[in-house]
Amino acid sequence: MSADANEGLSRRGFLAISAAALGGVMLAPGIRLIEIAGARPPEQAVSRQVRWGLLIDTNRCAPGCDDCVKACATENGIKDTGNPRTDAQWIRKVELKDRRTGRTHSVPVMCQHCEHPPCVDVCPTGASFKRADGIVLVDRHICIGCRYCMIACPYKARSIVFQDITDQNPDVPRGKGCAEGCTLCVHRIDHDRQPACVEACTKAGHNAMIFGDLNDPQSEIAQRVAKYASTQIRADLRLNPGVRYQGL
Amino acid sequence: MKSNRIGALAGRIASAICLLALLLPALAFSSDRVPRPVINIDKPGRCVEDTATMRREHPDMLRHQRDLTVHEGVRTRAHSLKACVECHASAKTGSVLGKQGFCQSCHDYASVRIDCFGCHASKPKLAAGAKP
Repeated sequence: MSADANEGLSRRGFLAISAAALGGVMLAPGIRLIEIAGARPPEQAVSRQVRWGLLIDTNRCAPGCDDCVKACATENGIKDTGNPRTDAQWIRKVELKDRRTGRTHSVPVMCQHCEHPPCVDVCPTGASFKRADGIVLVDRHICIGCRYCMIACPYKARSIVFQDITDQNPDVPRGKGCAEGCTLCVHRIDHDRQPACVEACTKAGHNAMIFGDLNDPQSEIAQRVAKYASTQIRADLRLNPGVRYQGL
Repeated sequence: MKSNRIGALAGRIASAICLLALLLPALAFSSDRVPRPVINIDKPGRCVEDTATMRREHPDMLRHQRDLTVHEGVRTRAHSLKACVECHASAKTGSVLGKQGFCQSCHDYASVRIDCFGCHASKPKLAAGAKP
């Protein structure tokens, strides 16, 4: 009896220690790599040496969980205006099912931050652009709201704002008549922080999203991508997105 | 005869113009009939440049800074709109807009439309209640 209890305790203790160790592995390198890669003085321009990327582990992404979507909306000031067909959507959960095997996936899909972004190709004013570190953005000062990028994007990642917006997050200016999409929380990245979705996912203990520099061999994301099979959505288009999915 | 009369008329007009030119500044600055922009500075102290430079060149500074920030990720605070708003937001309304607002008051006076705040927040982060 007492031996059983001891065994139970020790097993529980072991589990706790291993969970803590796992958490350390997940968290510590992630934080470290951002400190190294993002250690850029504020007056210095972003570097081509860095390629920001996201790795999403679909095995850990729970169906019905929308922590990342909520975090994105809070961070970027995306509010429900009661028009779900036209509301801006920077990130959404997509439920997939393999009809033959019945296996289901639930994955967050956002701007995939392509190396060769079609939205940039079609933009008539140069508002849609790729930053040196691989983040695809819209310069709202130049955007004329023509929506070519929305048509060109194979991931349906771009939205247009139909209504006046008030009370924006000072870090995330948004307004009527401009195309927009996931910025990878560029305002946070520039201050050495993780995107809001990744932070929320990690905070909730799902650990389904990893953010980091794909070009830095020391980073957790680069090591994971090198070790495990990961896929890009619509890889056949050869756009080389910075967002990759594991277990899809 | 006729040319004389024209000359006298021209002289009178010239003197009238001179008188008007002398009077104009006095008119403009002395009376309360002329509306003036409201410039409330709640946080006294040095701005990033001297007042004359700021008055004349703030649009160019903002435009230059915005391109650096959006395209190159340079997020220095000196010439950024966010830092302007943080410092110049009214203590009463918490905003740079509104009739007495630092930005809007002057731009209304000069009849210049500000597009900035269609997208940018006109209140600093804490006042907007974004992060309690």
